[in-house]
Amino acid sequence: MIESRDHDRAAGAREVAAWRRLVVMAVLAVGAGIVLARAFELQVVQRDFLTAEGNKRALRTVTVPAHRGAIRDRYGEPLALSAPVESLWVIPAELLKAPEYLPALSKLLEFGPGELRRFLSARRDKHFVYLRRHLNPAAAHRVLALKAPGVFAQREYRRYYPAGEVAGHVVGFTNIDGRGQEGMEAALDAPLAGKAGARGVVRDRSGRVVEENGDSEPAVAGRDLALTLDLRLQYIAYRELKVAVTGHRARGGLIVVLDARSGDILAMANQPGYNPNRPEDRDSRGLRNRAVTDLFEPGSTIKPLLVAQALELGKYRPDSVIDTAPGFFKIGALTVRDTHPVGAVNLARVLSRSSNVGAARIGLALGPEAVWSGYQKFGFGEPVASGYPGEATGVFRPHDDWGQIATATASYGYGLSVNALQLVRAYAALANDGLLPSLRLVGGRAAVPPQRAVSVKVARQVRRLMEDVTIGDGTGVEAAVPGYRVAGKTGTVRKHTAGGYFEDRHQSVFIGMVPAENPRLVGLVMIDEPRNKQYYGGQVAGPVFSRVMQSAVRQLQLAPDGTPLTTTAAAPTGPRT
Amino acid sequence: MVALVISVVGSALVVVKTKHENRTLVHELEQLRAENARLETEWAQLQLEEATLAHHGRVEQIAREKLRMTEPRDTRIVRAQP
Repeated sequence: MIESRDHDRAAGAREVAAWRRLVVMAVLAVGAGIVLARAFELQVVQRDFLTAEGNKRALRTVTVPAHRGAIRDRYGEPLALSAPVESLWVIPAELLKAPEYLPALSKLLEFGPGELRRFLSARRDKHFVYLRRHLNPAAAHRVLALKAPGVFAQREYRRYYPAGEVAGHVVGFTNIDGRGQEGMEAALDAPLAGKAGARGVVRDRSGRVVEENGDSEPAVAGRDLALTLDLRLQYIAYRELKVAVTGHRARGGLIVVLDARSGDILAMANQPGYNPNRPEDRDSRGLRNRAVTDLFEPGSTIKPLLVAQALELGKYRPDSVIDTAPGFFKIGALTVRDTHPVGAVNLARVLSRSSNVGAARIGLALGPEAVWSGYQKFGFGEPVASGYPGEATGVFRPHDDWGQIATATASYGYGLSVNALQLVRAYAALANDGLLPSLRLVGGRAAVPPQRAVSVKVARQVRRLMEDVTIGDGTGVEAAVPGYRVAGKTGTVRKHTAGGYFEDRHQSVFIGMVPAENPRLVGLVMIDEPRNKQYYGGQVAGPVFSRVMQSAVRQLQLAPDGTPLTTTAAAPTGPRT
Repeated sequence: MVALVISVVGSALVVVKTKHENRTLVHELEQLRAENARLETEWAQLQLEEATLAHHGRVEQIAREKLRMTEPRDTRIVRAQP
């Protein structure tokens, strides 16, 4: 170029002073130098800082929430489902700069006049404030359509419990952030929750995603889990229990229905209950799943287990006669008493009339160790581990501590405690021809093989004896199921406190199995502190058992094994046109 | 030299085109994700609706009160002989 200028000059172009050219060149050089230096600074020296700043403005890591798995019953009916909802959040300072949007927002979000402004002003220096959580998507879109500055939506999942209070205690619930708090939601939180994913995106000024920068981690959805519950039976059990608890003005109650062969828990209902869909219902009073977390003394319901042990050891035979006259006897400071003295009777009568004296005599004849090991074989003192959290294992002291009195009281079910599931499991062993099943609440878990509690022969003999409870003048006639033979046992347990036993507070219990010949279902009904005069287990819990089992055998289409129904009904009482 | 300039300009244009295609596809992906989310919402809501309508309490109430149905409690159960 300089050559060409020289050439121009040589061609006679107007002469320019050399210093002027130099000045211009120098100015240009300095300018170029500055530009280069700046470019160098930006591109090389400050590069990392600036890249970071730029990414900070455009690049976003978006968490992709994982879908929480559903909880279903054994036939796939949903018990807990997650549905997407929108949570609105706001940057208060930005929204306050545009006050013209506040009235419309207040109206859509049901804030009182001025309330929204106060709410925002109080949180002015925050950068993330939830405005409303868990709005249904349609409502959230109406709010977003206002395009108010600083208002954003975030996708979250809300948990719905279609079965409501019917399965509330078993299923439990999650907190607002989707973590399991109670019941199976808490016990199975990890597999249900899955794993949230993340993806890096580039956003433009209006917040739209324009580019994905590749480093994404997909969300792993939680697994769907099936419980062993049968929602149909669960509903019936809950309905009948609620009616009974209300009718007897009782403090509470529980029902457990078990598949005798597999140990699957088909229904487990509690009163008082709560609706897990309503967070305000979640006070501590109704949350307890009494079947698992509460202990009670089995009382008379333990007698069949004692009789099973007596038969197993060969000390008694089903037709052995026990003299219970005159209806009471003394061991040291203890007087064992029968409410209705029965005289000299066989084992079937001891059970069907629920004689404490008879049971105590059998227990004392066997001795503490034999009684203890009999109960122990039926799983007393051993947790059920059904998969439900918070199980109480019960009090079952070693037999070395048992004197005469303790042995006698243990024979009719006092001085030791169990939870309802342990008691049902023990009866399931009788129902299952002597094999003690392991109870399950979660389907698909590997079943632990059952253990033998008593021989097949003894289990069948005891079932035969227990059938007398629900016929004739047995204590449990009201638990009978028409068309079926029922083996069961009533229990009227006095509640105790630190000082001793209450005279007027009882737990009315009935445990039974149906059909008695080849049991498929074992059920326990317990009504806590009935306060309407009636308190005998047969009167209070028996009818509930009967009604639940009538529906259950119909639902499961179990073949009747009893005498054909003779109860009238020439024409079916169906709907008429 | 000329070939170099042309190829540089050409490749620059291709970069622009690719970038544009990329953005279009990302946009499409976003839309499909939104669609997926919408369908997921709808699916969850339909499941909930079904569960609510099929709730045993509701079915029982309708069966008893509206359709006047009862359990076949008093009918005679006949066992088929094998």
